[in-house]
Amino acid sequence: MTRPGFVLEVDRSTPPILTWHGEGFRLESLPAGRSRVIYPPEPLESLKDPDATIRRALESPLGDSKPLRELLFPGMRLTIAFDDISLPLPPMRRPDNRQRVIEAVLDIAAAAGVDDVVLICALALHRRMTESELRHAVGDRVYDSFAPIGRLLQHDAEDPAGLVHIGVTEHGEDVEINRRAAESDLIVYVNINLVAMDGGHKSVATGLASYRSLRHHHNVRTMRHSRSFMDPEHSALHSSNWRMGRLLAASGVKIFQIETTLNNDAFPPQMAFLQKREWEWNPRDRASYAASTRGLSLLTPRLARSLFQSIKAPHAMTSVQAGEVEAVHAETTRMVHRQQLVEVQGQTDVAIFGLPHICPYNVNSIMNPILVMCMGLGYLFNLYRGRPIVREGGVAILSHPTPWAFHPVHHPSYIDFFEEVLSETTDPVAIENTYEERYATDEWYRHLYRTGHAYHGVHPFYMWYWGAHALEHLGRVIIVGGDRKAVRRLGFSPASTLADALEMASDVVGDEPTISHFHCPPIMIADVK
Amino acid sequence: MLRESLEGKRIAITGATGFLGTALTERLLRSVPGCEVALLIRPGRRGARDRARRDVLRNSCFDRLRAETDGGFDELVSRRLHVMAGDVSVDGLGLDEDGKALLASCDVVIHSAATVSFDSALDSAVEINLLGPTRVARTLLDLHAGRSGAGRLPHLISISTAYVAGSRRGRAPEAALSDTPWSTELAWRPEVEAARRARSEQDARSRETKMLSEFARRARRELGAAGTPLLSARAEKLREEWVQDQMVALGKARARGLGWPDAYAYTKALGERALLEERGSLPLSIVRPSIIEAALSEPRPGWIRGFRMADPVIISYAKGLLKEFPGVPEGVIDVIPVDLVVACIVAVAARGPLAVPDVLHCASGSRNPLRYRQLVDLVREWFQANPVADSSDQPITVPEWSFPGRQRVARQLERAGRTLESAERALQALPLRGKRAELSARLEERHAEVDRALSYVELYGAYTETEAIFSVERLIELYETLPETDRRDFCFDPAVLEWRSYCQDVYLPSVVSHARVRLVGASHRSERSATLSREERGRRAVLSKSRQLAVFDLENTLIASNVVESYSWLATRHESGTDRVRFVARTLREAPRLLAADRADRSDFLRHFYRRYEGARLDQLQADAWEMFSDLVITKSFPAGIRRVREHRQAGHKTLLITGALDVMVEPLRPLFDEIVCARLTRNGSVLTGELEDAPPTGEARALIMADYASANGIDLAEAVAYADSASDLPMLEAAGHPVAVNPETKLAAIARRRGWHVEHWPRSPGGPRPLLPIGPLP
Repeated sequence: MTRPGFVLEVDRSTPPILTWHGEGFRLESLPAGRSRVIYPPEPLESLKDPDATIRRALESPLGDSKPLRELLFPGMRLTIAFDDISLPLPPMRRPDNRQRVIEAVLDIAAAAGVDDVVLICALALHRRMTESELRHAVGDRVYDSFAPIGRLLQHDAEDPAGLVHIGVTEHGEDVEINRRAAESDLIVYVNINLVAMDGGHKSVATGLASYRSLRHHHNVRTMRHSRSFMDPEHSALHSSNWRMGRLLAASGVKIFQIETTLNNDAFPPQMAFLQKREWEWNPRDRASYAASTRGLSLLTPRLARSLFQSIKAPHAMTSVQAGEVEAVHAETTRMVHRQQLVEVQGQTDVAIFGLPHICPYNVNSIMNPILVMCMGLGYLFNLYRGRPIVREGGVAILSHPTPWAFHPVHHPSYIDFFEEVLSETTDPVAIENTYEERYATDEWYRHLYRTGHAYHGVHPFYMWYWGAHALEHLGRVIIVGGDRKAVRRLGFSPASTLADALEMASDVVGDEPTISHFHCPPIMIADVK
Repeated sequence: MLRESLEGKRIAITGATGFLGTALTERLLRSVPGCEVALLIRPGRRGARDRARRDVLRNSCFDRLRAETDGGFDELVSRRLHVMAGDVSVDGLGLDEDGKALLASCDVVIHSAATVSFDSALDSAVEINLLGPTRVARTLLDLHAGRSGAGRLPHLISISTAYVAGSRRGRAPEAALSDTPWSTELAWRPEVEAARRARSEQDARSRETKMLSEFARRARRELGAAGTPLLSARAEKLREEWVQDQMVALGKARARGLGWPDAYAYTKALGERALLEERGSLPLSIVRPSIIEAALSEPRPGWIRGFRMADPVIISYAKGLLKEFPGVPEGVIDVIPVDLVVACIVAVAARGPLAVPDVLHCASGSRNPLRYRQLVDLVREWFQANPVADSSDQPITVPEWSFPGRQRVARQLERAGRTLESAERALQALPLRGKRAELSARLEERHAEVDRALSYVELYGAYTETEAIFSVERLIELYETLPETDRRDFCFDPAVLEWRSYCQDVYLPSVVSHARVRLVGASHRSERSATLSREERGRRAVLSKSRQLAVFDLENTLIASNVVESYSWLATRHESGTDRVRFVARTLREAPRLLAADRADRSDFLRHFYRRYEGARLDQLQADAWEMFSDLVITKSFPAGIRRVREHRQAGHKTLLITGALDVMVEPLRPLFDEIVCARLTRNGSVLTGELEDAPPTGEARALIMADYASANGIDLAEAVAYADSASDLPMLEAAGHPVAVNPETKLAAIARRRGWHVEHWPRSPGGPRPLLPIGPLP
């Protein structure tokens, strides 16, 4: 039996708390008597035989779906779509959930005599994956049988010939998705559900959609009405995706949804201290902490980055659900919550988020300042159910080096967004109104997205919108230990130490503020009562 | 009385575009309302009248008159100012019939045209300073030869210089040189002949084989592989400059040999002598000012035109560059404000000629001497209170002067110059780019400053060390004949000068603002917020709506890579582990040789290098090129550069890429540009032959490609912006109206700095991946 999440009230005997800081971490002391640390539950036990569980799930689907075997017939067009590199975090050790599930699906398809099978990586507006990344996700066997004959594709949201407009929802939202998928007799969507936001109707309605379709829910208004987007019940983002998913179903697009969940075992055993509670550190943990901080201090930022990017998580599968989208997703959400929910009593004046080296958009890449904002105010801030852990008008303190660094291949429009847009304004609405369309329809970004490995031109805007709810909610954002110029460009206040940041925070929230330290990763959801 | 005497007179002025001439013209028009003024002006491209308007009337000197006439300025000018096209270095002054008639109608002719630069070439100084006055006199005599009576001959006032007295101690009287006991007896005609001969001799010397190859070598060292047309043009320019330098040196040597400080004083002295011999019956007066400096009060305190003699010395001192300047502390620096000289000339004109030609000194030294030590103290004191700001806005401390001998200062400066030169050479030899190349350009500028300082010491040292005292008895005599009103309005008594206030309230502020030197704290902040930085101005200029075309080089302009790297990347793409290592080792070994070949001749290098593609399969190459696009090209790109290309397109400009890279490699860049001109290899079926289809687009070929593209699209090259990184792109940069040096290598950095070209430093994506070796990813 694994221990559930836990909220520690900091007293004078509490040791310093591990706080992530990009490619590194620090031990920070928190003021006693008014601070609390929110710890995630420990990793759930994994499935004993994942492959057998997968087969079982495909045979006994949820909702009103027939077993996969019965949905397949000779001469049909089958499209298997799967999540891209943004999941899971950190990338998991081989075999990846996707590989396991896709192999199982392909076995059944082969047995059913299906020849016309295409695999599509559901990129949405994310960057195209490289060969080695695809191999990691789907496995060498699948890659070698499909890629050389052009049947392992990556979704292209800017290919006019490759998209089809399905219709318009009752809210006037265009639904436009991948033509091959839409025109298939069946779409099998293979998910890895790391957080409650993933999966459900969002898989196809977002993953295989075009900009024309995405802009209806990837915008400031929707994000401000998603409280949070990590809680599908209260997320305008999800409502929109659900409307679109239902329209797809009504239009005859058949989807067989497969969702898998993982436990939160995010770090290899030699880094076990990263997911232990500090007072339970044994001498070996203390030694590894000391050795790794010392070692990291000797590395250049580039080397440290490649070291951290090479981490493969020992994530293990905890459940598989297959069948009808909504029924599957309800069960998946329950499993995610079982792993991630932590009950937290009330809000505090200040929240501290230590930002790790990775977010969904910088796998094998660089966490640029815009992604720092998105990770802190988009992802971590929104990992709540009910209410944010910090009160309205409160202060968020992020800890990250925030280097003025960009990956030229992956994030070309981010560079220009940072230089051109953020130097003028950081207001999400102004940004959306003034600049979004130009970036979204820019020929060069489109070219780089389609032919290179670049995120779509509009992607940095979405990153900014992801934080729109937090920007509206918070009184101030402080980044500890960041590049001052870059932090200021983001519109935040730089602080050199956590103590300074807390001093600065008291200007906004008054003396002796209450503090929450969100001890993440591993990922959790604060269930704020 | 002075105004009355000049009532209805017509006064001709030569040299009106000069410092004294402009002041004189303005003063006559403003303060002597009854007279007319006729300017003899060497016609510019758009004629003499236009030049008078641009170079004389637009000068700030006329601001006061403009304000006082309250809109009537143009009317006043058209009524009272006449212009004739002419040139004092030509016999007969090159006048047309109208000009002759106008000159013949003048009552007074003031000849102030001269080449005042202290380092002018011997022959041009001879033509203008020596022969000029005589030519004016002869033309006047000729014009009046046919007419009745010598009484109508105009009064010629020739402006000379007090320093015709030469480098000697003691009193210099106001008298013709021939009447001074210790003057050098020298026949002027042989001097003219010798000077003219010297020009053709030096020219012949410069055309000897050895010299010609030396010029070619220097041109190459300066410009690198810039292509034959540019190199030969530069070599010819160097030859002309060399001849000019020889003539300057000759002038200096001849003057010093005969006891004058420089060619200016020497030719002026002979000019006086020649004029006195040749004037015939022409009534003549000679006015000899000393060092003319900023106006005391007319038209406004501190008015100055051009960079005067002492100004560069003072600015160099204020900048901390000139630590010492030679001179005798108790020596007299003979300075006279321009308005005093003007007043003196007007008074001479009003008085009319004397029976025998008279000579007047317009100088301060004997009546109101300014000692060298006093001047230095005043200057030092002022700059201590108003220090010049250095580039980081810190005050520059002015050094203490120790009044060293000229030799010592010259030696120090020479030594500094030599050190800088060798540092500069060392840097030039290194393959530097961008900011580091800028360092070399800064060093070069510093070197140029030291050279300039050295030339001041050589040129003006003679003046600060001069111990001649110019007597002004006749000047004062004339002054005393004037009634009280004239003395007030046309004061030229040097005794009125208060050196402290003249120096600190009038002269130094004027010099500083004229030299555009920034003082510490001087409205610096408001300036910065109100006006754009130089970089920003350059950026706006190239992106202006009126531009039509932007031409880009690729390697090191938009991406930090080159043909060798892309070859290496492609060649290793499908190799296994050990072969990759072997290949990389071989390429590294070859790198210096390849680099040298590239520098020597880019076109040959490309031809030679592309042979390596012989037998490569085109379809494979095309597929790999797309992968290389992300892995090498975009990874090593300059995001700001790519943004710039896009900004040009947004502004509606055409964009053109000219590169020596292969077509398959640049194909992925096509959406950025309207057109791409690149190298293409011939094909044998689906296999490359390793031979180029056409001459590769390098060097001067790029200028032609750009010009062809412009004419085909109806684009004016003056509205073209060209971006490139190396001196081999000079032909293209020069042909474009708006050249931009991007991360320039040393030679281009120096050239761009000298010519004031916009320079961009485009970095690679900060923090981005930095692959150590250009090799394809492991399969």
